[in-house]
Amino acid sequence: MRILVDLFTCFFKMGLFTFGGGYAMLPLLQKEIVEDRAWASEEELLDYYAIGQTTPGIIAVNTATFIGEKQAGIKGAIVAVLGLIAPSILVISLLSGALEKYHESAVVAGALAGIRIAVSALIFMTVIKMAKSAIKDRGGLFIFGLALLLILGFSSPIVLTVFVGAGLGLLLSRRQHGNS
Amino acid sequence: MEILKMVYAFMFTGLFAIGGGLATIPFLQDMAKKYGWFTIKELLDMIAISESTPGPIGINMATFVGIRVGGYLGGIIATLALAFPSVVVILLLIPVLDKYKESPLTQGIFYGLRPTSAALIAAALIGFIKMVLFNSGLVALSEINLVNLILLLAFIGLIKLKDPHPILVIALGAVIGMIFKLA
Repeated sequence: MRILVDLFTCFFKMGLFTFGGGYAMLPLLQKEIVEDRAWASEEELLDYYAIGQTTPGIIAVNTATFIGEKQAGIKGAIVAVLGLIAPSILVISLLSGALEKYHESAVVAGALAGIRIAVSALIFMTVIKMAKSAIKDRGGLFIFGLALLLILGFSSPIVLTVFVGAGLGLLLSRRQHGNS
Repeated sequence: MEILKMVYAFMFTGLFAIGGGLATIPFLQDMAKKYGWFTIKELLDMIAISESTPGPIGINMATFVGIRVGGYLGGIIATLALAFPSVVVILLLIPVLDKYKESPLTQGIFYGLRPTSAALIAAALIGFIKMVLFNSGLVALSEINLVNLILLLAFIGLIKLKDPHPILVIALGAVIGMIFKLA
């Protein structure tokens, strides 16, 4: 029971402090899930993101399902997802009458511009931490560089990029296996 | 009846939108055309507002559209309908992944997936930084927003030195943004 309450409050917090897409949630996940609660390792979080981006649905929901299931089975998954979506439902329901006005206010616009800078800095530090645990050798560095080139240089779709990465991983790890 | 159509439309979106919240936009455009629940212009406003309210953007859009179509209950139903397929797909995937976790095939795939996942996140970061640093979205030295650049570097320094909780960093960003009326 305690784990369920903990899952709900933890993901409620994530939902409440995520502004933007699933990527904006990453620094919070890293702090709360990896560092504070040890519910997942850095590598596992990367795996969840890779899978979350290639499977149907919202990345944040996919990640919450993964982490919830690992901690408390199907119940845990459902509770984590409900915690994640509850703030959205609450805030938008409360604001729904005033959303247009809220959106156009200069104070809100200023706050959001500040949040964007803060979130960029947070993700910057998260990317550095994650790259360290994702790239273990030259093969990994090669895959990282190629994937980045595909996305930025050739606007490759996410699903295609992930398939190329997985295929190369298979190929390169096979070769290492054969050599040893 | 309208609610049933909405459940179907959002479950469909949850099942076929791959790659996160922004991937739902084409599906929402289709909804506008097919059901006439909102216009394309209203959709643009909803996307902008969903980006600026707490919560993952895809979830916010579902709540928003749901309220438009069926009131508060509609908001809850649309959001649950959107999330449902994700939960089912991942729950089906977990036992398969666990079973083949140690096989060289899975190990090889994840050996490639981790750097790829890091690259996808890095690419998203570059997109964010472009938006923060360049006034018109045009990447040119003359368009650089110096105030934002200094703030970004200051935030990175703060996180590196003090490692505060991300929520504190986000709150600090909001306060600074309001005081300095950032754009």
